[in-house]
Amino acid sequence: MTDTQQTPRTPQDFESAVARETAVASFDTHEKSPLERIRHFLHSSPASVPLIVLVLSLVIFAVIVGSRFFTPFALSLILQQVAIVGIVGAAQTLVVLTAGIDLSVGAIMVLTSVIMGQFTFRYGMPVELAIACGLALGALCGFINGVLIAYLKLPPFIVTLGTWQIYLATTYIYSANETIRAQDIEANAKLLQFFGEKVPIGGATFTYGVFIMIVLIAILWYVLNHTAWGRHVYAIGDDPEAAKLSGVSTKRVLIAVYVLAGLICALAGWVSIGRNGSVSPQIGQFANIESITAVVIGGMSLFGGRGSIMGMLFGALIVGVFSFGMRMYGTDVQWTYLIIGVLIILAVAIDQWIRKVAG
Amino acid sequence: MSREPILTARGLVKRYGRVTALDYADFDLYPGEVLAVIGDNGAGKSSLIKAISGAVHPDEGEMTLEGKPIHFRSPMEARDAGIETVYQNLALSPALSIADNMFLGREIRKPGVMGSWFRMLDRKAMETKARDKLTELGLMTIQNISQAVETLSGGQRQGVAVARAAAFGSKVVIMDEPTAALGVKESRRVLELIQDVKKRGLPIVLISHNMPHVFEVADRIHIHRLGKRLTVINPTEYTMSDAVAFMTGAKAPPPS
Ligand SMILES: Nc1ncnc2c1ncn2[C@@H]1O[C@H](COP(=O)(O)OP(=O)(O)OP(=O)(O)O)[C@@H](O)[C@H]1O
Ligand SMILES: [Mg+2]
Repeated sequence: MTDTQQTPRTPQDFESAVARETAVASFDTHEKSPLERIRHFLHSSPASVPLIVLVLSLVIFAVIVGSRFFTPFALSLILQQVAIVGIVGAAQTLVVLTAGIDLSVGAIMVLTSVIMGQFTFRYGMPVELAIACGLALGALCGFINGVLIAYLKLPPFIVTLGTWQIYLATTYIYSANETIRAQDIEANAKLLQFFGEKVPIGGATFTYGVFIMIVLIAILWYVLNHTAWGRHVYAIGDDPEAAKLSGVSTKRVLIAVYVLAGLICALAGWVSIGRNGSVSPQIGQFANIESITAVVIGGMSLFGGRGSIMGMLFGALIVGVFSFGMRMYGTDVQWTYLIIGVLIILAVAIDQWIRKVAG
Repeated sequence: MSREPILTARGLVKRYGRVTALDYADFDLYPGEVLAVIGDNGAGKSSLIKAISGAVHPDEGEMTLEGKPIHFRSPMEARDAGIETVYQNLALSPALSIADNMFLGREIRKPGVMGSWFRMLDRKAMETKARDKLTELGLMTIQNISQAVETLSGGQRQGVAVARAAAFGSKVVIMDEPTAALGVKESRRVLELIQDVKKRGLPIVLISHNMPHVFEVADRIHIHRLGKRLTVINPTEYTMSDAVAFMTGAKAPPPS
């Protein structure tokens, strides 16, 4: 670039500026080491690590457990077991992308499932209406979280630590710790168990719960990657101040994220009735931890703005494959927890390493 | 200057607790000019332009754009009115791509059902436009448009932020220390960019601590001191050391 600093500017100057732009702007594309190239690849496709780990774990169990493991039936069973974590994990994904965390997901799930059951059986409400009430309540729970976080600017961890207790206590008080039996539901309100219905395809057995998880994740993937709203969710988690200055209505998007998360948890509540058959206030004790585990192993950053919902699905599946595979292998279940623990720490370490691309 | 100012502010006040960032500050920007705003650290320059661009709400005072009163409640409203700002901290989302950043908050959707019903983004259109803008401004080679902003150097990021403002500004472009993080070459490029934008007839507000840059491009210099406008000088009538002396209070300002 020529430094024609103090000369008066003419149109010719402007043209020569345009002509030399390529020289000015070419970004340094210096030779990258293989390691750097890997890092850039992982940076641009965050779901690839969990996908590789998932494939590896499938291969490992196919080898050590043998052909029993690698059947359509066994694999579809893993999907059935993962369905609820996958759905709650989708809610957690939205929240984590905004650099938040939602500890109340499991509590919302239980509360709404109890409401769907009790409204049907205690008040004789049409089951469709009871389900709608449960879904609406889930959205309301999320709205409360969202208002406290977006408008009162309280930290998401603290807010949802509080509402977790509140929603759970409400569940116990309201239900009087009472379970609605599976036979009663089957006889009078079959719709509550809809997502537990089995759909055999070939040798595999799926449930509607598996399908709804896949559909939900596919929709959210589309929304997060191909709509303006999705980009705004990422931008808020990345740098909320920058997002606001570049014209994102941060508060409105945050509220919407928590409302949507609450609604998805209520959907998980409905699916959980199908999975358990009965309605019990005792389920879902660890749903928050399990969903956070799926999100972290799935390569999403708890600092927000990074990761893919597909990664979360792979993370949930990795946990599912390990729990199922270890059980088939016939070893102490504690080994599963040990390995999951190692995977969590590895995932976070890799996340930190990938982020150094920025530096 | 005989023409009417395009943008004015009168008696702006902004307090942060006990700190008064703006103390009845006035401001005038005329059509087609480059107005530099200089002042010590903490003089309230950024607060002034944030008030103008809707990023903060002044406690008191009035502003007009083209003679009409304005009350921006968010940066979005200022942008819709044609005022684009390059903030001191750039306001880019590091993990998003260059194209996503340039169109953040004003995304283009696909035509037809995909856009109106499924709200699908038109990535191609946004990338093409972003690339055109950056090329027009001589800031970018072509293959990099979908690369995350955090993989760019400081200067390149600044380039993206400046290009975004220059590309979308229709009435006023404001730049808060656009050359602060830049090397000599990149600074030069931004100064050329300011000239290019000016040639398109857009007025520019340039905040800078770099006196040679200020004196090179500014038509008028607004000197800010202790939260208010001290005076406005013509760079051809004063030296850099005069300007610094006014700015720091070492010399009394000329009667305006
Ligand atoms: N968000 C805020 N909260 C509290 N005080 C603030 C805030 N923003 C600015 N201030 C204060 O207002 C005063 C003016 O700040 P401002 O950023 O406008 O100065 P400036 O002229 O842009 O300085 P610099 O040259 O360092 O960028 C300072 O004393 C600053 O500490
Ligand atoms: Mg400043």
